[in-house]
Amino acid sequence: MTARTGMPCIAAFFGIAVAALFLGSLLIGPVALDPLTALKALFGSGDDIDVLIVQELRLPRALLAAVIGATLALSGSALQGYVRNPLAAPSVFGAPSAAAFGAVFAIAVGVADVQSFALPVSAILMALLSVGALLILAGPSANMLTLLLAGLALSSLASAAVSLALNLAPNPYAALEIAFWLLGSLEDRSFHHLLLAGPFIFASWLLLLAIRGPLRILTLGDDVARTSGVNIARLRLITIFGVALGVGSSVAVSGVIGFIGLITPHLVRPFVGYDPARVHLPAMLAGAALLLAADIATRLIPSTGEIRIGVLTSLIGVPFFIWLVVKHRNRNLLQSSGPA
Amino acid sequence: MMGLLVKDLGVTLGGKTLLGDVGFEARAGEFLAIVGPNGAGKTTLLKAIAGLLSYRGQVAWQGEDLASATVSARARLISYLPQGHTIHWPITAREAVTIGRAPHSSSLTRLSPEDNMAIDQAIDAVDAGAFAHRPVTELSGGEKARIMLARALAVNAPMLLADEPVAALDPAHQLSVMRVLGEQARHGRLIICISHDLLLASRFADRFLVLDKGQIAAIGSYADALTQEIYARVFGVTTRRFESEGETVTMPWASV
Repeated sequence: MTARTGMPCIAAFFGIAVAALFLGSLLIGPVALDPLTALKALFGSGDDIDVLIVQELRLPRALLAAVIGATLALSGSALQGYVRNPLAAPSVFGAPSAAAFGAVFAIAVGVADVQSFALPVSAILMALLSVGALLILAGPSANMLTLLLAGLALSSLASAAVSLALNLAPNPYAALEIAFWLLGSLEDRSFHHLLLAGPFIFASWLLLLAIRGPLRILTLGDDVARTSGVNIARLRLITIFGVALGVGSSVAVSGVIGFIGLITPHLVRPFVGYDPARVHLPAMLAGAALLLAADIATRLIPSTGEIRIGVLTSLIGVPFFIWLVVKHRNRNLLQSSGPA
Repeated sequence: MMGLLVKDLGVTLGGKTLLGDVGFEARAGEFLAIVGPNGAGKTTLLKAIAGLLSYRGQVAWQGEDLASATVSARARLISYLPQGHTIHWPITAREAVTIGRAPHSSSLTRLSPEDNMAIDQAIDAVDAGAFAHRPVTELSGGEKARIMLARALAVNAPMLLADEPVAALDPAHQLSVMRVLGEQARHGRLIICISHDLLLASRFADRFLVLDKGQIAAIGSYADALTQEIYARVFGVTTRRFESEGETVTMPWASV
């Protein structure tokens, strides 16, 4: 299958998967609904309780899962294209950790309980602040290594700040709330969350989808890109800002959900090829499908409480990451011993 | 002379002068070889002309100063083939050549018939049709060099700057790449090519620009620019001359 023929096939496959999983997300839960009842409730007819469950609880949750999954996947795809490394994840520039700290700070000082919007607003602001700090720390003409080191430093600082907030939590309940929030969840999220994060997420989509062409050109190195008309400094700014905006606002709503951004580009590359310009859109569909499936799984896995979605994506993601490392190690071995 | 004008070109990086007041002219349809020892400033000169380095002085094409040209206008005017073959993703050879159309096509996902024709012609010019659909990372060094050259040709720019395009290639591929560059010059493009293989370059280049310590040591035809004195002073080697099929061949022979 060539990249050209693979694109419609994989887009159709993940498109159908997203639609099916979205419907599944409306049906599955403590109160099981059949498809007809769920569809009726979705459009406001049928039993009031069913309408409430579908419209107020499951619909925003399913929408958020799809949108956040797509955003994390797009961020991962853009970032891997920009740093030209298939092992890069959206966390490398520190924005997710900064957003997590922003949210934790709101919980720790108690404003999250007083005003429900305080938590996501604080998280988004902190993610944006981290972008500014990253650009100042790395300097105006930073190369990739400097950027990654600056991102690592900021990420470590934000993680330390989260630990400090946990350490100094005013009471055990606040500490428990912080700990659970950090595990990631889409439970009890409403349309308010979607409306709050939506504009930022949409802006990040526009930014990251606009740089598909420059990312493709970057495949042949900075010099070819610059002499082909790519403004590398602007591309860097758009990538960092787009990823921070998307991932920061996603973390603000759902907590920390890892590995979606890392995994999804790898799921679609065998079908659409390695050209970064072709990976973005199918990766978004794959990300939406993956997070919808993970969210459904949290409701189905038998346990004393609901398994947190961030825990589940990490449990799936870590073995995948190890497989990727081994695959690249073997490929490097082959290349170093292969013909010139 | 209309064509490329380089006037008082200087490049200073980190307080160190890499090029000092270099000036020369080159016409469209000419094959100019830039030669010189390691560290002479050859790549710096090429990068400055390509707009990759800040410089003082003037670089003009057909009488227009390129300092005032937009990035995209410069990209359509100058095609740059860098040293080595940087390829970060295993895209197909044809996709790599397609990147050459970036200065003309904003998206690269919807190519015009003109774009497709330029890509096909570039692939044909380097005789790469047989492996155009293979991942470029799986190609041999010679095949990669041809694909990278095809990418530079697909730009269809009036000026092509090539930095050591035959480095690390076997003799057959060296000849093949140089032959393509020679053909492009005959088709009206200005080819400026850095080479360490003076003998090979002498077969294809119209003129030689000899750089030494960031300055032009000589410029002219092979016989005028690469004299025994230049070989000794700039390259630090003695030479021997041989007659072969009516042609005089000068070979570096021993260190001075």
